[in-house]
Amino acid sequence: MSESICKSEPDIKELDRRLVLATQSGLPLHARPYHWLATQLGVGPETVMQRLRAMCQDGRIRRIGVLPNHYRLGYVANGMAVWDIDDTEVMRAGALVGGMASVSHCYRRPRHPPDWPYNLFAMVHGHSRGEVLGEIRRITELLGAQGRAHDVLFSTRILKKTGLRIEG
Amino acid sequence: MDDVDRRIINQLQGDFPISERPFLDAATRLDTTESELITRLRCMLDDGLLSRFGPLFHAERMGGALSLCAMQVPEKRFGHVARLVNSFPEVAHNYQREHAFNMWFVLATETAEQLHKVSRQIEIVTGIEVLSLPKENEFYVGVNLQV
Repeated sequence: MSESICKSEPDIKELDRRLVLATQSGLPLHARPYHWLATQLGVGPETVMQRLRAMCQDGRIRRIGVLPNHYRLGYVANGMAVWDIDDTEVMRAGALVGGMASVSHCYRRPRHPPDWPYNLFAMVHGHSRGEVLGEIRRITELLGAQGRAHDVLFSTRILKKTGLRIEG
Repeated sequence: MDDVDRRIINQLQGDFPISERPFLDAATRLDTTESELITRLRCMLDDGLLSRFGPLFHAERMGGALSLCAMQVPEKRFGHVARLVNSFPEVAHNYQREHAFNMWFVLATETAEQLHKVSRQIEIVTGIEVLSLPKENEFYVGVNLQV
């Protein structure tokens, strides 16, 4: 298939924005989803695929695939586990914690002493609170002396959940 | 949920192909057919087993700013403060948690300056200090879940 994909910088920026808007609620469940999007956006299918590949490459798209609903799959308990890790050790500790199968998100964030001494955050999922607590205990043991203090915060209620969306 | 559904959930959390017939390409890897894969995805989305299917965007790299914020809200003011906080469109989600810091929400704005401005406004209308904890490093945003 030959089509021109040479576009000016503002055109590409605008096309990428429209592509994000068109896919942020999901990919169409059509046999040729990128062709379907191309028709919607009034561009060629090769352009759509090329822009999506570019966004995957530069990290604007983390990945393309399914997002399982933890809760509906039986992982009804989740705890936000937090540790205070020495600044010289936190990168190594983060890589370890982030690699655990029970962890869906893992970040380093700033401390706010004295109220908030923790700098490593992980969302830990399980079938019950007991399972989550056991998992956090196991991770804390793996961290050993690196973890100076830790805590776990269970959520009791979702007060708002709109997700992140860009505006049209 | 059967083995095919499980394979889809376990193996299709990333790497969905960018090609002319991506469902066909993915179905081959999952030992199923193109039409079966499309039908299964539609069912699991309808049932809520999957929250979504498609590209997962990286908000900061898209040019936005995010921060996780925490507040210590007195129990008797909790409902009122939750309404005030939720009324800000920049609040993407908000959770009650068991801790002295009992309200945790994510602020999403276009720039870092707006982030600071909105958290300041929330402090003014609620009279409660907002702890802003923007991420400094990201270690994993998972594709770990196995069923």
